[in-house]
Amino acid sequence: MSEPVMNEAPVSRKNASRNKWAAVGALGVALVAFLLITVSGIGDNLVYYWTPSDLEANRDKAVGATIRLGGMVKPGSIVGGKNGSTLEFDVTDYKSTVHVKSNGVPPQMFREEIGVVVEGTMTDAGHFECNRLMVSHGNEYRAPKEGEHPDVKELIQSTEGLE
Amino acid sequence: MVPLIGRTLILLSLLAAASGAIIAFTAGSRKSVVGALWARRFAYTYAILISSANFLMIYALIAHDFTVGYVAQVGSRATPLWVTISSLWSSLEGSILFWGLVLGIYVFVATWTCRKHYPEHLPYAIAVWLACGAFFSFLLAGPAQPFHTVLNPPMDGPGPNPLLQNHVLMVLHPPFLYLGYVGMTIPFGLASAALLVGRLGHEFLRPLRTWLLLPWTFLTVAIVMGGWWAYEVLGWGGYWAWDPVENASFLPWLTATAALHSALVMERRSILKGWTVTLVMASFLLTVLGTFMTRSGVFNSVHSFTQSSIGPTILAFLAVSLVWSVLILAMRVDHLSAEGQIDSGKSREGAFLANNLLFVLFTFTVLIGTVFPLVVEAVKGVQMSVGSPYFNRMSVPIGVALLFLMGVGPALPWGRATKQQMIKALVPPIIGGVILLAIGFAVGARNAWTLLALFFGGYTAQVTLREMWLPLVQRMKGGAGIGQALVEGQLVRGRRRFAAYVVHAAVVVIIVSIAVSSTMQQSTEVQLMKGQSAKIGPYELTLQGVETVSEAHREGVLARLSVTKNGKPSGEMLPRMNYYAMSKDPIGTPEVRTTLTHDLYLSIMNIDERSQSVGLHLIINPMVGWIWIATGVMALGGFMATWPTKSRRNEAILRDAAQARGGEAVVES
Repeated sequence: MSEPVMNEAPVSRKNASRNKWAAVGALGVALVAFLLITVSGIGDNLVYYWTPSDLEANRDKAVGATIRLGGMVKPGSIVGGKNGSTLEFDVTDYKSTVHVKSNGVPPQMFREEIGVVVEGTMTDAGHFECNRLMVSHGNEYRAPKEGEHPDVKELIQSTEGLE
Repeated sequence: MVPLIGRTLILLSLLAAASGAIIAFTAGSRKSVVGALWARRFAYTYAILISSANFLMIYALIAHDFTVGYVAQVGSRATPLWVTISSLWSSLEGSILFWGLVLGIYVFVATWTCRKHYPEHLPYAIAVWLACGAFFSFLLAGPAQPFHTVLNPPMDGPGPNPLLQNHVLMVLHPPFLYLGYVGMTIPFGLASAALLVGRLGHEFLRPLRTWLLLPWTFLTVAIVMGGWWAYEVLGWGGYWAWDPVENASFLPWLTATAALHSALVMERRSILKGWTVTLVMASFLLTVLGTFMTRSGVFNSVHSFTQSSIGPTILAFLAVSLVWSVLILAMRVDHLSAEGQIDSGKSREGAFLANNLLFVLFTFTVLIGTVFPLVVEAVKGVQMSVGSPYFNRMSVPIGVALLFLMGVGPALPWGRATKQQMIKALVPPIIGGVILLAIGFAVGARNAWTLLALFFGGYTAQVTLREMWLPLVQRMKGGAGIGQALVEGQLVRGRRRFAAYVVHAAVVVIIVSIAVSSTMQQSTEVQLMKGQSAKIGPYELTLQGVETVSEAHREGVLARLSVTKNGKPSGEMLPRMNYYAMSKDPIGTPEVRTTLTHDLYLSIMNIDERSQSVGLHLIINPMVGWIWIATGVMALGGFMATWPTKSRRNEAILRDAAQARGGEAVVES
C-alpha cells in the first residue's frame, strides 16, 4: 500500500515524506483500533463446547456464557415437552449430570439415551436454559469408558448443521 | 481392469504435471521458444490425462463397477442417474479427482487462449499451474486414491451421503465452488509470472483480469448456492451461519473482489501493481486454506463428510504456496514499479482505495474469527467456537460502508474532483436513499442498521442506474437510435462498464435483502394434531393429515397442510421427512413457498403417522427470494464482463484508454 502514496515530484519530496509518515501513523492507529475491536468482539462471543463434567468444573464461568453442552439424555429424565409445555431432561456424561430446560419443540430423533447438544447458558437457579436442542446424527456416540474424556467435538460434529 | 487404467492415468498425469512444471520453469528462465512450446504441450497432456481419469470414474459410477474402490464407497444401484453422476464429488477421493478435472480444463483453456501472446510470461504461469496440478495428482496417486481395487466387490453400495441426495442444488453447488476455487490457480500463476518476469503492463493485465473475473463469478454463484441449499435443506430458516466452511468460501471472494477493483485503478493510473498481485495471490492462498479447513476435519461442520487424514498434506501445500508467494513478492515486487500516482483522495481512485482497505479489513475480521478457535485449541486444548454475533457485529458496519462506497465511487470522476463536481455528483442520489428508507419505514423496518442499509441502498441504486444509462443517453443525443445505442454503447464498446454496473445493481439488491430478511423475520414453533391449525402473518395452516410416500431410493413421511392467505384458500404445502435406505436417521425437507415479498417456510421438527401429529417450525422470511434472483443477475454481469472481446475491438479500447491516460497526463503537467 505504500507505493501509491509516494509522490515523486522533486519539489514536494519533503512534503511527500511527511505525508507518508502521517499515512503510516494513521494506518498504525487504525490497525491497533481494529485489533482491539476484533479481540473484544471475539471475547464477547465465544461459544464453549463443554461436557457436563467441564460445566461442573467451571460452574463460576458457566452462568451467562454461551455453551454448547454435549452429552447423553439420561434415561427416565424426560418430563413435559408436549403441546408447548416446558421440556425438561438431564444431560449426562456418566460422571456429571446437568438439568436442562427447553421451550422449543423437540426434534424428531429426541429420546432417552441419545446424544444431544444443547446450546444455551447456565442459570443462577442451577439448571441449563436451552435455546437450541440438536440431536446427534449417526448414533455413533457411545458412553465413554472409564477415565476416557468424552469427545464433545465428535458429538457436535455429528450434530452441527443438521438440526 | 478399470482400477488399473485409472491408476495408470493418474500416475501419468502426475508425471506430465511434474515434468511439465520443471520444463516450463526452465523455458521461462532461459526464454527458450522451444521450451515454451513443450511447456504448452505438457499442459495439454496433463489436462487430457486427468480429464480421462475423470471420465473413466464417471463411467465406472454409471456402470456400477464395484471393483473400483470409490464406486464401492459411494455408488448405489438404487440412486437415480443424476445422483450417481454427482457422486463423483460427494466424497473425498472423488472430489479431489474432480478438482483435477476442473484444473485440467482451466489449464487447457488458459494455455490455449494465451498461446500466441505473452511469450515471456506464459511458461512461468504454466509452471505454477502444473505444479499445483502435480500436487493434486500426487494426492490422487497416494493419500486419496479413488481407483484402488476392491478384491471382493460388493453387489451394491451405500450411495452418497443422504444429505447430498436430498436436493438438486447439491449437484450444482460443488461444481460451481470448484470452478471458483480451482480457477483461482490461473490468476495465481499469471501473477507469479508477472513477478518473475518483472513486468505487469497493460497487455498482461487483460488475461489477469479475465482469469480473475471468471472464477470470481463462479465463486459468487457457489457461495450463494451453498446458502440457498442450506436454506432449502437444513430447515433452520436461514441461509448463512458463519460456519467456518462458509467463511472459507467467502474469504477468497473478498480478496478477489478487492483485486478486481484495484486492477481497475491499475489499468487507469498504472499504480497498485504490487498490491493487485498480492491480492490475487492471497485469493489463491485462501482457497488452499479453505480446502484445508473443509478437508481436514479441524472444524465441525455440515461439510464433515469430506474430511480425512489428508489435512497435513494440504497444510504442507499451503505452507509451500505461502512461502513461494512471500518469496517472489519480496524479491520481485520492486520490479513492478508504479508509473502514475494518485492526485487526490476526492476521486474515484480514492474511493477504490477505501474500498480495498475495507475489503482487506473484512477479510481479516472473518479470518481471525474463523481461525481463532483453532489456535486456542492448539494452545490451550479448549474447544470452542466464535459465535455468529461476533461476525454480524463486525461485518454489518463494513458491509454498509461498502454499500455506501459503491455509490460514492462511481459518482466521482477519475483524477481530482472539484467542490462543484462533488456536490453535483453526491447530493442528488440522496433522493434515492430517502425514497427507499421511507418505503422500508412504511412496511415496518425499525432496526437502525437495516434503515441505514436501505438508505445507502437507495443512494447507490440511483448512482448505479444513472451510470448505466448515461452512455445510452449520450449516444442517443449523438443521433443514434435506441437499438443502436443499446447494442453499441452497452453490449459492445461499453460492455465491461455496463456489466460492472449490472453486478453493482445486483449487489445492492442482495445487501438490502440480507438486511431486511435477517432483521424482519417472524417465526413460531407449533405442535399440531390432525385438524388443528396454526397462524403466522397472513397465513393460516391446517393439518389435513400425515402420509407416507415410497420412492426408489427413499421413503418419506409428509405432513399435508392446507393453506389460507388472508382467509382465502391458497393451496397445500407438504413439508416432509425423508428416510434413506442406508441411513437410520431421517432428513427433513422443509417446504418453502417463495413470493416476491416474502417466503413462507415450513420445517418439520417431529412427525408421527400413527398419532397424526406434527411439530412444525413456521417462518416468514421477507425478501429472501431476491437474493437468489439478484445472484443470477450478478452472474450474468460477471460473464458479460468476462466474455472475450474481438482483438481488433480490444485494440480500439486499449487505444481509448491510452488516450484517456495521455489526456490526463497533460492535465497533470
